[in-house]
Amino acid sequence: MCLALPGLLLEMRGDDPLTTVGRVSFNGIVREVSLGFLPEARIGDYVVVHAGIALSVVDAEEAARVFRELGLLGEAAS
Amino acid sequence: MKYVDEYRTADAAKRYAEAIARAVTRPWTIMEVCGGQTHAIVRFGLDQMLPPGLSLLHGPGCPVCVTPAAAIDQAIAVAMTPGAILCSFGDMVRVPGTGGSLLDARARGGDVRVLYSPLDALAVARAAPEREVVFFAVGFETTAPATAMLVLQAERAGLRNLSLLVSHVLVPPAIEAILAAPDNRVQGFLAAGHVCTVMGVEAYGPIARNRRVPIVVTGFEPLDLLQGIHMCVRQLEAGRCEVENQYSRTVRPEGNPAARRAVDTVFEIVTVSWRGIGAIAQSGLALSRDYTAFDARGRFALQKPIAAEDPICIAGDVLRGRRLPHQCPAYAVRCTPDHPLGAPMVSSEGACAAYFRYRDGAAAARAVQG
Repeated sequence: MCLALPGLLLEMRGDDPLTTVGRVSFNGIVREVSLGFLPEARIGDYVVVHAGIALSVVDAEEAARVFRELGLLGEAAS
Repeated sequence: MKYVDEYRTADAAKRYAEAIARAVTRPWTIMEVCGGQTHAIVRFGLDQMLPPGLSLLHGPGCPVCVTPAAAIDQAIAVAMTPGAILCSFGDMVRVPGTGGSLLDARARGGDVRVLYSPLDALAVARAAPEREVVFFAVGFETTAPATAMLVLQAERAGLRNLSLLVSHVLVPPAIEAILAAPDNRVQGFLAAGHVCTVMGVEAYGPIARNRRVPIVVTGFEPLDLLQGIHMCVRQLEAGRCEVENQYSRTVRPEGNPAARRAVDTVFEIVTVSWRGIGAIAQSGLALSRDYTAFDARGRFALQKPIAAEDPICIAGDVLRGRRLPHQCPAYAVRCTPDHPLGAPMVSSEGACAAYFRYRDGAAAARAVQG
């Protein structure tokens, strides 16, 4: 029910903040998504979408943290 | 899929599981709140990778499971009203109310339509101006912004034939209710990452401090969940009770301010009843005074029926983490996904359905053979 998926923002249109929409690609499947709650989104961002609404921009640097910490775990174990 | 597949690598999962095993020195019980996380844990067998003594309990975080039967009855009453169109998320249409489900209502001639997004209800209402269109708005804080957006856009467009049956619920009061129970066994929480994507993390600080439990905001992929468990275990072992954010690629501490503003505008917080659990104070959303014109309950003069549940079903205990699905006498015998007694066996995110589907090949085979 709270499923949300990250997709690549390809296009944006609309000049009214509330009704701004974007075309978002989920592995090639493109859907129209409301950007009304994500004014900071830019083309090329990965946005997290739930029920047709973009809720967050994926932070690429933070996304790597899981793997950085995994590397540290390995060092801690050796 | 980028930002999904890389969090599913078996080797990395194994290394996280080993790190958890090294960190654990005594038994601990952790609850994941979100049904989507329960589903991933059982589907990927993550609980089988944990050391003995580290138990995962499954929480009430399946909106479909906790939506009161009375609300489903009201949605069915709308669907059976001549000229009305009832729009719902797909997860909701199979769950029985006191009588049948929305799918049964459709079979009896009701106009029930499944939508991917609440905003799709705008097109339904525009295409049928002579009909009353109602959106059945269920879900947690993750979904409430989508409902708020529907209301704001309907208001902007001046749509007079669209209203909502709102049954939104909130996660922090449910966590509080679980921790306040005298027989509570939960020592640490994995908080639901997408709820926090909207709401941020500030609601969890007081809970962690006052109830002395570590809370780790966690994502939904196997590596997210294993890292979240590892962070939670390290807090437990060190005697810390802090709010940590494992899911920082998506969750900002303040959440999504624009979405929160819309939710605050359109809704007010009310006490609501959770199916299988009962009333929880200040744990739900209703349309605020400025938006009562959009309330389907007023438009359709809906009565509140008293819902009765099957007495053998232990859904309430399962939703509170008191018992596991296979401890129910009806599990996989009288109760299967094809013939569910309780909502957790109906919903794809219900703990009972997850156990049946991924854990119990034998039970599933028995059920197929009849």
